[in-house]
Amino acid sequence: MHDNKLVQITLRVLQSVPSIIGIVVISFALTRALPGDPAVYFAGDIADEESIQLIREQLGLNRSWLEQLGIYAANLVQGNLGMSLNTGRPVSEELLERLPASLELTLFGLGLAIIVAVPLGILAATRPGSWVDQLCRILVTAGVSVPTFFTGLLLIYIFYYLLGWSPSPLGRLDILYLSPPQVTGFYLVDSLLAKDIETFWAAFKQLLLPAITLGLFALAPLARMTRGAMLNALGSEYVRTARANGLSQTTILITYALKNASLPILTVLGMVFSFLLGANVLVEKVFSWPGIGSFAIEALIASDYAAVQGFVLCMALLFVVVNLIIDVILTLIDPRITLES
Amino acid sequence: MSNRTNNPSFLAVENLSVEFKTRNGRVKAISDVSFTLSKGEVVGIVGESGSGKSVTAYTLMRLLDQAGAPTDGTAKFDGISLLDISEPEMRELRGREVSMIFQNPRAALNPIRPVGKQIEDVLIKHVRASRSNARAKAIEMLDKVKILDPESRYWSYPFELSGGMCQRVMIAIAVACDPRLIIADEPTTGLDVTTQKITMDLIQDLTRSRGMSAILITHDLGLAAQYCDRIIVMQDGKIVEQAPVRELFNSPSHPYTQKLIAASPGPYSELADLTRIASTKNTPPSKEGISKSAHRTRSDFLKHESLLSVRNLVKVFKKSGAKGARWLGSNTSDESLFRAVDNISFDLKQGESLGLVGESGCGKSTTSSMITRLMDPTSGQIIFDGEDLTEFPAKEFSRLPQRMKIQMVFQDAHDSLNPRYTARDAIAEPLIRLQKLKDKQKLDARISELAEQVGLPKHLLSRFPHQLSGGQKARVGIARAISVNPKLLILDEPTSALDVSVQAVVLLLLDNLRRELGMSYIFVSHDLNVVRLLCERVIVMNKGQIVETGISDEVLRNPKNSYTCELISAIPHFEPARL
Amino acid sequence: MNTVAPFIRHVKYVMSENLVTLFAFGLFIGLVVLAFLGPLIAPYDPLATNAVNALRPPSWAHPFGTDHLGRDVFSRVIVATQLDLGIAVAAVGISFIIGSALGCAAGFWGGWIDRIVGRVTDTVMAFPLFVLAMGIVASLGNSVENIIYATAIINLPFYSRVARSEVAIRRNAGYVQAAKLSGCSDVRILVTQLFPNILPPMMVQISLNMGWAILNAAGLSFIGLGVRPPDAEWGIMVAEGATYIVSGEWWLAMFPGLVLMLAVFCFNLLGDGLRDLVDPQRRT
Repeated sequence: MHDNKLVQITLRVLQSVPSIIGIVVISFALTRALPGDPAVYFAGDIADEESIQLIREQLGLNRSWLEQLGIYAANLVQGNLGMSLNTGRPVSEELLERLPASLELTLFGLGLAIIVAVPLGILAATRPGSWVDQLCRILVTAGVSVPTFFTGLLLIYIFYYLLGWSPSPLGRLDILYLSPPQVTGFYLVDSLLAKDIETFWAAFKQLLLPAITLGLFALAPLARMTRGAMLNALGSEYVRTARANGLSQTTILITYALKNASLPILTVLGMVFSFLLGANVLVEKVFSWPGIGSFAIEALIASDYAAVQGFVLCMALLFVVVNLIIDVILTLIDPRITLES
Repeated sequence: MSNRTNNPSFLAVENLSVEFKTRNGRVKAISDVSFTLSKGEVVGIVGESGSGKSVTAYTLMRLLDQAGAPTDGTAKFDGISLLDISEPEMRELRGREVSMIFQNPRAALNPIRPVGKQIEDVLIKHVRASRSNARAKAIEMLDKVKILDPESRYWSYPFELSGGMCQRVMIAIAVACDPRLIIADEPTTGLDVTTQKITMDLIQDLTRSRGMSAILITHDLGLAAQYCDRIIVMQDGKIVEQAPVRELFNSPSHPYTQKLIAASPGPYSELADLTRIASTKNTPPSKEGISKSAHRTRSDFLKHESLLSVRNLVKVFKKSGAKGARWLGSNTSDESLFRAVDNISFDLKQGESLGLVGESGCGKSTTSSMITRLMDPTSGQIIFDGEDLTEFPAKEFSRLPQRMKIQMVFQDAHDSLNPRYTARDAIAEPLIRLQKLKDKQKLDARISELAEQVGLPKHLLSRFPHQLSGGQKARVGIARAISVNPKLLILDEPTSALDVSVQAVVLLLLDNLRRELGMSYIFVSHDLNVVRLLCERVIVMNKGQIVETGISDEVLRNPKNSYTCELISAIPHFEPARL
Repeated sequence: MNTVAPFIRHVKYVMSENLVTLFAFGLFIGLVVLAFLGPLIAPYDPLATNAVNALRPPSWAHPFGTDHLGRDVFSRVIVATQLDLGIAVAAVGISFIIGSALGCAAGFWGGWIDRIVGRVTDTVMAFPLFVLAMGIVASLGNSVENIIYATAIINLPFYSRVARSEVAIRRNAGYVQAAKLSGCSDVRILVTQLFPNILPPMMVQISLNMGWAILNAAGLSFIGLGVRPPDAEWGIMVAEGATYIVSGEWWLAMFPGLVLMLAVFCFNLLGDGLRDLVDPQRRT
């Protein structure tokens, strides 16, 4: 039984290889669809004619499409994503430097969303027709309608301008504070590790509003799916059997309903994460958050195409990894998942 | 608290009425239901769909949907008023004193929890056993319900078990805590007849050895007769008759009971017997309609030419999962292939009606698909009306003129009608496509003619499938199939989804049509009694092979093959001699 | 036989049962009217600047206030309806037509068609969709046309997946086999028998997608892609107004944002109501 699971997990990991290949191909296609000479963008601002020609040869622009793809892929494996026109540094360096900021924001926001959405969905499902249920449904329908950038601005207006509770939305840390010594890149974690409570709170306060904005965006689909999956599970025939045999409400709710409902909830979590990565860009702009999203926006405006493509690739790979983790968890929970599904 | 052992009416239901809140207002599901149950007694509640039999059971267990509530009456179980106690008290009773098993066992078990643990859950809740004790007891229960290798089966999931095994697991869960009453709601519907016998015998065994009382809810009168002491007959939410089995069958007093008994086919009934009691529900086909459209005379019947010759028909399927398994090195070259139909040959004469009988997985549906040319055989010949149909691939068959000669009536009338087409549209389709009948007047005339032939009132032609009853949908399906005057009509379990009284009428209709239109039938079914009524000859299939053929009466009364014997003995029915 | 009268009766029934659907439908009509007549009924010229009148809070003369260039926010919001809805309708239209065609073919015939369509869909969905749209617009060029194409591409997988699964469920239904027995060819079955049955879930998908497409288009213009100033579009108006929030001039960003929200809300509600309406099973 356990051997079987290991095999299935390995197969799952292998199954992401075609996705990665597909991503690389599309990224490649996007770079080649650029107007003008890709070599110029990859060489950088300061490059002269000679080095541009060198880049042209390196990228193999005079060779066949397939060879170009191969060179592109080889470059990727080495971590070479070209040079940023804007900053003059390698794109990969820029991205790696800013990744922790984005990850901290996204994960914190997602965490907030899960903590609120899942219990809300469960309550709404166990008390159909009650005010909790109505609240959940209103929240869900409204939630999927609201643009993230709008909620962010709204929150800033209310909590910063009107109430003065939040600090000014200008990044991860107020200028008064120094960033904690780099261990993970997550300010919350690093400041705790350095036992610097003041910095922890400062970072926390800056993080709160943008994280809530992201969280609100993720809240709606999560609450909707939790409510739906729980309703489905609670109305199923196997729960009816459990009731008929007198099992306690807690057992039915958790062991019989929630565990079964967790399967579609986990599946939707992957989709939500995909939307969050996109919403991340918008939130970073609104709150001047120094993550890869704002880096990409600056790059777009400056026509820094190498940087933009590097960003797209990075996000896609991140998404593949997250999906893989979710798939593996699903395989562990659901015994019905076979090699073919 | 009343004295338990002396209370004769162990379960006493008095004037029970239940109402449901629906879109159309309040609907009475059951009204004025009263009956009693003694200790150790087995009572059957029999009725067709909509009779309220399941609602009664759910009400007793307090498992009704939110929309339903009892409006009147009492239900006393050993002095305890089931309808009045609190929910926590009811939860104590459920599983420990009263338990229930359901239809569709695989769906009724938690799909991602090992079956052994599901039994354990009940034990831990009610008997307060420790984890290790409970596990031993759970394995013991699996053994008691005759599941082989209970220690390793403990870890199995429902999807790894057959339907019959899943039902046995559900029985194990239900009797684990030694309840005094067990309610079985259509426990064997959907199971093969041989599996049904094993399951019902098991239930009987367990109830007798533990002194349990039981309520068996079923639409199958024969099943109730074989396993129950008393029978309660329900119709439209009311009890119409209740009596001990022998009394009920020998002298039924209520006309509905009489109709039900007549309509259930037994080994000695005749087609005409089925509908001897006049029914007002369904209009019988009008005589004028049939004679008007008789395309062939009775003399054609006597030709007895060979219409269909099936020779060495084989169908092999590739099992899914084969590729992946091979990657991992398992040598599954044989297991990955599944011989659904294994070298069968038979003949059908013009005007003859042949029955094709077997349990699920025997290959009968695959065979009928191939003969209808919806599927290509792996090898073999299908010689119809002089030509080998296998020479035309299934994909192109719809465009050939031969398409008109072979038609099919499907099992699930609901599934076989397009939900967005009216009855008229459905019947018109083959007329337009195959007979190129585009002229509106002629088309309408023909459709009216067909509707009359199958006894479908004309105003129903403009309705959609969800607005028609089961019997009406079946008629539409038949009208569509006979519209192009096929020579061969394949009937794939056309009545198994219908109520027994509706089935009787439809079978009579099919028989009449065959005689008037001179068609040949292949009647596919799992029910030997039904097949016997309509077919002169029968073929019994098992695991893709033909195990026995012969005249229906002969095969039924003197089966020669061991599997056929098993099949026949498993069919439940009322045997006056037995009691 | 008359099928229109019962249909109208059913429409009335669903509407009366669900006031919310009625509200959404009314809102939808309002938006459509605004989209068509916007430029005609706007009180001021949306592009007319008036430096003296800049940053005035909402008043009778300017119900939504004026922006940093003195333009009337109310007029700009009304006129933007045309652009936003237009982009969304175009994008959803393209992806619906191509997506459902691919999905139906994949679901019905399976085999290599299914494998290829599946691969393409999976590859597109391997990207966080908004990010992919950014990449596409960056590559193809910064114009409204390319916003439409990018939005269409990222929406495609939804339609092809829904179409594929709806067709695959029904592929072996009794009525499909009966249609084969009635002499229908594969293509005829797909078009006349299956498509009418998958239309309800597809229409629900369209309505929900419209909301999402509008959000996407607004998001892209918020970060500076597609629409350029001085054109009026809800996303870009919020972007321009964002810098003024911290100094308290809320009306520049709030009103376009609220109207944007209302439009998306309307389509989402409509999608739910549409499902009730078109499903024949619900008819009594």
